[in-house]
Amino acid sequence: MLNYLIQRAATIVPTLFFVSILIFGLQQLLPGDPALILAGEDHDPTVIAHLRSTLHLDDPLPLRYAYWAGGVLKGDLGESQRIKKPVLDLIIEKLPVTLELACIAIVIALLIGVTAGIVSAVAKDTFWDYAANIFALWGLSTPNFWLGIMMILLFSVTLGWLPASGYVSPFEDLKTNLASMIMPAFVLGNAIAAVLMRHTRSAMLQVLSSDYVRTARAKGLDERVVVLKHALRNALIPVITLGALEFGTLLSGAVLTEQVFSIPGFGKLIVDAVFNRDYAVVQGVVLFTATAYIMLNLLADVAYFLVNPRLRG
Amino acid sequence: MRLKSLLLFLGIPVFAVIAANVCAQTLRFGLAEDPDVLDPTLARTFVGRVVFAALCDKLFDIDDKLNIVPQLATGYEWSADSKALTIKLRPGVTFHDGEKFDAAAAKFNIERHKTMAGSNRRGELAPVASVDVVDPMTVRLNLSAPFAPLLAQLADRAGMMVSPKAAQEAGDKFGVKPICSGPFRFVERIAQDRIVLERYPNYWNKADIYLEKVIYLPIVDATVRLANLKSGQLDFIERMAPSDVAALKSDSRFKVSKITEIGYQGITINVGKSDLAQKNPLGKDAKVREAFELALDRDGIVQVVTEGEAAVGNQWVAPDNTYYAKNMPIPKRDVAKAKALLAEAGVPNPTFTLMTPTTSDTQKIAQVVQAMVKDAGFDVKIQSTEFSTSLDMADKGQYEAYVLAWSGRADPDGNIFSFAACKQPLNYSGFCKQEVDDLLTKSRTTLDPAERRKTYEQIAAILLKDRPDIYLFHRHWLWAYTTKLTGLRTIPDGLVRVQGLKLN
Repeated sequence: MLNYLIQRAATIVPTLFFVSILIFGLQQLLPGDPALILAGEDHDPTVIAHLRSTLHLDDPLPLRYAYWAGGVLKGDLGESQRIKKPVLDLIIEKLPVTLELACIAIVIALLIGVTAGIVSAVAKDTFWDYAANIFALWGLSTPNFWLGIMMILLFSVTLGWLPASGYVSPFEDLKTNLASMIMPAFVLGNAIAAVLMRHTRSAMLQVLSSDYVRTARAKGLDERVVVLKHALRNALIPVITLGALEFGTLLSGAVLTEQVFSIPGFGKLIVDAVFNRDYAVVQGVVLFTATAYIMLNLLADVAYFLVNPRLRG
Repeated sequence: MRLKSLLLFLGIPVFAVIAANVCAQTLRFGLAEDPDVLDPTLARTFVGRVVFAALCDKLFDIDDKLNIVPQLATGYEWSADSKALTIKLRPGVTFHDGEKFDAAAAKFNIERHKTMAGSNRRGELAPVASVDVVDPMTVRLNLSAPFAPLLAQLADRAGMMVSPKAAQEAGDKFGVKPICSGPFRFVERIAQDRIVLERYPNYWNKADIYLEKVIYLPIVDATVRLANLKSGQLDFIERMAPSDVAALKSDSRFKVSKITEIGYQGITINVGKSDLAQKNPLGKDAKVREAFELALDRDGIVQVVTEGEAAVGNQWVAPDNTYYAKNMPIPKRDVAKAKALLAEAGVPNPTFTLMTPTTSDTQKIAQVVQAMVKDAGFDVKIQSTEFSTSLDMADKGQYEAYVLAWSGRADPDGNIFSFAACKQPLNYSGFCKQEVDDLLTKSRTTLDPAERRKTYEQIAAILLKDRPDIYLFHRHWLWAYTTKLTGLRTIPDGLVRVQGLKLN
């Protein structure tokens, strides 16, 4: 066990090193001079010169990487040139928002996706199956931003039930927080639900036709017990893997949804930073999400190791 | 009702409308972008100035006719040689940290603008050589040469006064928690989410302040911003989409205000920025540029691009501006003459690439222009380029023509000097003529408005014939707000003054 853990942990260091080079390198491919953009509309040459020296833009690339990586190792991710705030503070500010949105979205996705998947598998080739399939097709083909704006128009402008956009911390006002999160979370969850529904359906169909399910039915078990207890458990394994992957993607920010609903999460932060060429923010946030991804992966591996006796050898 | 039951059935919690738990005099203000750093010395965006209008008072302000009016100053006097400006300061003004505003503070601020690393105000105050404290409530700005736009600069960020004590303590982090002397003081900022300001009880002009709080919420999408206004989450939105004006006007709950901007929309032509200028007929030959302008129908452009929500123009200031050169009126579309000019120039079908940022307005301009000038024989290729990249390409001269907007400054100098004087930072066209340089310098050093007007007429006569920039129109600032809001003043700089605003 310990050996396995050490082995897995040892791969993290080179992976992160590689990731950091990739993040830094790709950023340099962005066209446009960051100093020119950050200098604002007046393009004052002294401001541009100051920014070039602050950002080490005239130094060779490896040296600039060394400056940045050196700071990162000391826990300093740099500072946003646009708003003069440390990147770490920005990450701490946005992380709870992104986490909350991702959690609610994935819960909605699981509730809708798995339920619809089971229903369509159990009631194969019936009205319910077709309805669930149409729903999945709709969820996959509806653009997030369009659905978002339509929901705002219906629930906020016409019905007046929910706030149109914005974010309030749950510690400030839980009710308002949930009210402002439910629409963006639904928009995000809806698309994922469609994918989960399709996977649940096919996994369930496979499991429902297997021998042990036939045996369970032959024993005279209640159909509900057969479906939910015997079949679903096995069918859920690929669905959970998929759900975890989708959750990881959500953590790196949902750009369009955050933009439409003005949710101040990672997605909005990165997009604004890219357009403003605020390199430190882009690098810091991407490095953070990449690290989180790698850590989640490691945790998954450890969990798999604990669950699956064959791996323990 | 059926819809509600369906939602409940699906298990989605539906919440009743969120009662605004904010007090009645809180103005919720929808911004079109997230402002940059809230430090007047370092700030560089238009949207930041919207917030500063409530947060930081300036020595002077402008009124709806672009006249300079006192704010933290009570009066001013130019010396006989126009090389010193003596400013009387308003007594009884304090900063949000309780510090007193006086001549020493004013001197500190001007010097901070001039010397702080990365200051965006240095260029604006370049002619200010030194600042003297004449007495506790009087400062004198000594200039290296007379500088007519100085008062207008002091009516913008260069004239904003911050607490010297707070500025010294915070250094370049001042913008994280700015301390100024405006009607509202800073409470908190969550980047890309909100900026909260509360009423400053010791404001010098507190009788004119009725709001308790102002919350600025950046909402980038114009449709969502409008939806927030309609659903009651916002009281005011700036920069609404022209296409929404008609529908909102018929809604009795809201009002729409509009005012012509002090900036402009236009097309910059590379006439000397790089080798490319001589490689295409548009950059090479002024006759081709004249034909290009004659092929344009500005009214048509305004109609298609802004649904009529803009004023047509052909100069760096709008036709109703006092410095508009009346000797150079807006030319009418004349395709026959354009064709004749092209034939004369020996290029009946000139081809060039028009670079445009990817915003929908600028792309629309490019498309309409492309279609219009085709009638005269032009073959325009549109190159849509992400804004930051396009700016970089323009700066390097890697373009032939470029659709560009300028947010505008109160003094005409701010709309023309940096664009037309040789080697200036915003001179993307690469235009450079000693004669124009001399006139531009003269327009800066002459304080008499009538004299300046004459100089600008001379500049226009050269520049609008040579056409390194072709000005198209001046957008309307479109504001929409609840009818409960009263006391709104429309100032052409597009910034909302909070003085006098009341929510009934």
